[in-house]
Amino acid sequence: MTKTISNVNELQKLREQYKAAISQAKVRVLVCTGTGCVANGSLRVYEKLAEAARKRGLETSIEVLMKGEKEPLLLSKSGCHGFCQKGPLVRVEVSGTGREGSNTLYIHVKPEDADDIIESIIAGTVVERLLYRDLSTGQVYKSEEEIPFYRLQKRVTLEHCGKIDPEDIRDYIAHGGYSAVSKVLLETTPDEVVDLVSRSGLRGRGGGGFPTGKKWSFAKAAKGSPKYVICNGDEGDPGAFMDRSVMEGDPHRVLEGMIIAGYAIGASHGYVYVRAEYPLAVRRMRKAVDDARSFGLLGDNILGSGFSFDVTIREGAGAFVCGEETALIASIEGKRGMPRPRPPFPANCGVWGKPTVINNVETLANIPSIVLNGADWFRALGTPASGGCKTFALAGQVANTGLVEVPMGTTLRQVIFECGGGIRTGKKFKAAQIGGPSGGCLPESLLDLPLEYDTLTKVGAMVGSGGLVVMDESTCMVEVARFFMNFIQSESCGKCVPCREGTKQLLAILDKIIAGKATMEDLQLLEELALIVKDASLCGLGKTAPNPVLSTLKYFRDEYIAHVVNKRCPAGVCTALKEYYIDETKCRGCTLCARVCPVSAIKGEKGKPHQIDPSKCIKCGTCIQKCRFGAISVRS
Amino acid sequence: MGEQACACEEKYKEIEEAIGEYKGDRSALIPLLQKTQRLFGYVPRAVQVKIAEELGIPLTDVYGTVTFYSFFSLKPKGKYNIQCCNGTACYVRGAPKVIERFEKELGIKAGDTTDDGKYSLQVVRCLGACGLSPTIMVNQDTHARMKPDKVPEVLKKYV
Ligand SMILES: Cc1cc2nc3c(=O)[nH]c(=O)nc-3n(C[C@H](O)[C@H](O)[C@H](O)COP(=O)(O)O)c2cc1C
Ligand code: FES
Repeated sequence: MTKTISNVNELQKLREQYKAAISQAKVRVLVCTGTGCVANGSLRVYEKLAEAARKRGLETSIEVLMKGEKEPLLLSKSGCHGFCQKGPLVRVEVSGTGREGSNTLYIHVKPEDADDIIESIIAGTVVERLLYRDLSTGQVYKSEEEIPFYRLQKRVTLEHCGKIDPEDIRDYIAHGGYSAVSKVLLETTPDEVVDLVSRSGLRGRGGGGFPTGKKWSFAKAAKGSPKYVICNGDEGDPGAFMDRSVMEGDPHRVLEGMIIAGYAIGASHGYVYVRAEYPLAVRRMRKAVDDARSFGLLGDNILGSGFSFDVTIREGAGAFVCGEETALIASIEGKRGMPRPRPPFPANCGVWGKPTVINNVETLANIPSIVLNGADWFRALGTPASGGCKTFALAGQVANTGLVEVPMGTTLRQVIFECGGGIRTGKKFKAAQIGGPSGGCLPESLLDLPLEYDTLTKVGAMVGSGGLVVMDESTCMVEVARFFMNFIQSESCGKCVPCREGTKQLLAILDKIIAGKATMEDLQLLEELALIVKDASLCGLGKTAPNPVLSTLKYFRDEYIAHVVNKRCPAGVCTALKEYYIDETKCRGCTLCARVCPVSAIKGEKGKPHQIDPSKCIKCGTCIQKCRFGAISVRS
Repeated sequence: MGEQACACEEKYKEIEEAIGEYKGDRSALIPLLQKTQRLFGYVPRAVQVKIAEELGIPLTDVYGTVTFYSFFSLKPKGKYNIQCCNGTACYVRGAPKVIERFEKELGIKAGDTTDDGKYSLQVVRCLGACGLSPTIMVNQDTHARMKPDKVPEVLKKYV
């Protein structure tokens, strides 16, 4: 196979050609085809836009522009913008790269809007009704960057997401892609790369926060060959989808990070491990690898540097614990994904027993920017202890949900109230659950906490992979703790006793509390056992599993006590603690409820108010549905 | 039945060829099981035996791997596999009520398949579409912003 690019001049030439082609079009229309927007029908929107352009005799493909023709518009598909809630999204930008600020973002675009969009492009106007409108202030925003959701953000790893066609390697190259690889392979020594990454202050984004430069230096120094680079795209934390977004929206950035890691430690092969629940990410990563190989950016003698590196994509098979590095390695080797004790660490003894660097998708996606902009730039973005930015997946009861990439050290309050636009339900903020099943629930009093690794660990939460779920008053914290414990318990691989049995017992106690059958001794036992599981488990799964319990116990103890002592659920969530009752002033004594009650818990004479016997009631809700007078209610 | 057996034979041929390519390569186990699962909707015992023989690993290891990963199943899944996300975001926005409604409408519990082999119901880990929570997937289609009352409507699309 002949390579398209065999040296840096050819890379530069392709870049210029493609850039020139893009600017042959007056505007570029990018339809988001990330998982979220596709689910909202964005592929139909794309088809309709193409059809609307065709109807007017317009050519919209890049290939026509590559021939040097001028056209009013270039129609492309992009990856996820992280604002899926408002999708399908359509971005219209004045063509040519680097002309930021002059774009327009359309939200909730429907196929029927296609004609109006095309018309407006031809006329040089804007389709007002499709612009983002801030619900609280009523203000309308034209460009993506002005929208409050994006204003505080500083996009590094998500820089190209939503702005380039992830399935066209040339588009990535035109946006400066692979220039970090060429700089590293041709102008930098492996030692200098490791040093650069160390100085940048980059820490692992997969949850542990381990300094990436240090990890690389261990693997570089390790004896044994060949060496390997693994990109961890398992993204198991429920509620986090930043890795999905990068793999879908900018897959070559991840490959670039891997090539650079490979060069730094002296590896010639890499694996990308993507979870099976992300079919689109798998497909795009596969295509990226195939394209990079046929362009000569993966394979032998990349850019004539003498360095060779290739990548294999591996799909997960649905096991949370496989995100843990040693389990992931076992899974790549074709075994059951069970963790093993460390040391030895993968840097010395990884896949096939060889030195291996395993990094998270987001960690690797930061590398090209560090190479191009320098360690000082990156460090200055964040805090002294944690350089750069971090992407959080904002979800739950906030007005704007989605991915926000903010500088390390931004406060929770800023993220929730500025990016997130506050609580969606109009109710009061209650807690932020941060860091997924390994993380904790933080109360309002900690809202001004700067988000970074060490501060969060100190208060019993975790940056983790960056899941940030906002909860309002209607959430029961005991039930939240139970939710995570249930998750962990079913995902525990069963290898070590503290995790396997401990999480089962923790779950049983939480169930008991929720059922209103627990005593204060149970609460004490819950806390003791949680600490034991934390200390004695083999891997990070068990070690962090008690965090949701411990943090809710710490900050929302009242709520546990209400369940245990007063048999009451303050949020009114826990069914067993609810009480059904009949409002005597409304009840007409029609006897309907008594007849439908499956356990005959309702008694009363015809024509007189009825009563529910709480000791018999199973809280099935049948009576409420049947009552024609609205006389039956629930209290907790 | 004749037709079905025929389709199965083709599938067996396809998977046998794939297995043949990886003789003795243990690391191919999971990718091969994935292919089997996609082809058949489950991992038939006969295929497990074949994989064990060709890759040169004990059948218990193959079986152990199949049961370890939730992606694989030993029983055929329904024609329509309904996956309800119960990740944190979906959970906070009411996924349990949606799951309950599916259970009620289909008359099965999560994890089961209806007797006519039409629907399977699964509760799964985060599908990564949290901005549209609660979400479900029926085969490859994602349905966003589910509500219990939307359940019958969704089921009507898959008959
Ligand atoms: C139970 C468990 C699950 C994990 N899941 C993931 C994951 O989904 N993605 C990830 O990148 N790291 C995950 N990790 C962390 C990895 O073990 C490892 O530290 C990480 O991939 C290293 O990359 P980094 O240094 O770039 O963060 C998990 C750890 C544990 C204990
Ligand atoms: S998929 Fe379009 S914004 Fe996320």
